[in-house]
Amino acid sequence: MDGLFNFHVITDNFTYFMIGRFPHGPLGGLGLTIYLAVVSCILSFFGGLVLGLLSLVRNPFISYPVNLFINAVRGLPLLMVIFWMYFLLPALMGRTVPESQTVIMGLTLFTSAYMSQIVRAGIEGIPAGQTEAAISTGLKHWQVMLYIVLPQGLRNMIPSFVNQFVSLIKDTSLAFIVGVSELTHVATQVNNRTMAYPTEIFIFIAVIYFFLCYAFTSLSRWLEERLAWRKAI
Amino acid sequence: MLTYQFDWSVVTSGKYFEWLVSGFKVTLQLSVVGIVLAFIVGLLIAVMRMSNFRPVRWFALAYLEFFRNTPLLVQIFFWYFGSYKILPTAVNDWLNSTNFEFAAAVIALTIYTSAFIAEDIRSGVLSIPREQMEAARSAGFSYLRSMQYIILPQAVRITVPPLVNQFLNLAKNSSLAMTIGVMELTYQARQVESYTFKGFEAFTAATVVYLVLSTSITALVHIYDKRVLNPNRAV
Repeated sequence: MDGLFNFHVITDNFTYFMIGRFPHGPLGGLGLTIYLAVVSCILSFFGGLVLGLLSLVRNPFISYPVNLFINAVRGLPLLMVIFWMYFLLPALMGRTVPESQTVIMGLTLFTSAYMSQIVRAGIEGIPAGQTEAAISTGLKHWQVMLYIVLPQGLRNMIPSFVNQFVSLIKDTSLAFIVGVSELTHVATQVNNRTMAYPTEIFIFIAVIYFFLCYAFTSLSRWLEERLAWRKAI
Repeated sequence: MLTYQFDWSVVTSGKYFEWLVSGFKVTLQLSVVGIVLAFIVGLLIAVMRMSNFRPVRWFALAYLEFFRNTPLLVQIFFWYFGSYKILPTAVNDWLNSTNFEFAAAVIALTIYTSAFIAEDIRSGVLSIPREQMEAARSAGFSYLRSMQYIILPQAVRITVPPLVNQFLNLAKNSSLAMTIGVMELTYQARQVESYTFKGFEAFTAATVVYLVLSTSITALVHIYDKRVLNPNRAV
């Protein structure tokens, strides 16, 4: 070995890091990481929307349990949520559940709880005058929410959603624990096989994660500036 | 599921109960050592981030962006498996003579959390109106004394709730240390599960501990918020 580092281990396994055994086998590596993050993000957007709206319902018999649930999930480590899914899903569904689905469900449940707080803050950020004006024009409560408050609120929520997506990308690394072959898992596999290059391998995947997440962090900042309401003064 | 026999005695007494308790202790150790170190490093990075000297500011910015945009698990693996090539021999020897799993977890948690704390501290300082500094300076305080007596005391008060939140995040994140064999709460819950097949009981016990921890600390922040930060607000 010449020099301190030997990055041949990266170039030799590059396609494996990127897509796993994809054309001949299941998708893995970075491709699977992005797939897990995107699917969980879409699901938890709707999960967060439902939980956020329910947590604002006037009826305490609905809002109280929903808030309790949201706070309970937020109080747990993601790892715990994934383990719960790993146990409960097969028991509840009466069949074995593939690991990648377990992880998607775990990530969705966990992220929905955080998304619901974004939705809540976005809705509460719309001035009460808007609601009052809409009601006085004869709209019903659900119409006010659907046509007046949510369209404005969702716009304000976009940067926070993008930030949450960045967290989600980072959180997909936990799929490693239940054996889903996403980027981190692939890295440990290559590390176990080659033995001698852990530094190179983990620096490499850290850099990949960094570029991916940094791109979206920057997007979120740009959107925040772009979408800011023009102030009167 | 219907045929499952619950046996709560597994986790309420005896050997497995002691495993869980020892796991909780390790979780607390990781969290407390981690938050103290992360606060010190975070303060340092925050000060560097606000420095007028560009290279220092850029270093702090690169540190913040890199460690915030990389998964904690990858950082843990890096310090555990890969750090020996970049650390001096003396440090490696010292780390190997101690509990290396614990040390690697603390290093990773500290660095990861410090990046978040630095931003909290910075926004705390930035939230103090500029006029406070100008008034202090015109009253004859030097820059450092104005920071010490006027700006920082106010900034710290504002920064306490986000810092406590970071402590909670750290406690939750410390569960990832199980992947390198640190025997904290989640690790022990899993151990109990694999020894007794009572996974439901074991994970319920761990869940309850995490929830009690986070609920009680959140409640304390809430009281602090009411009593100290907004004592005069009606609601």
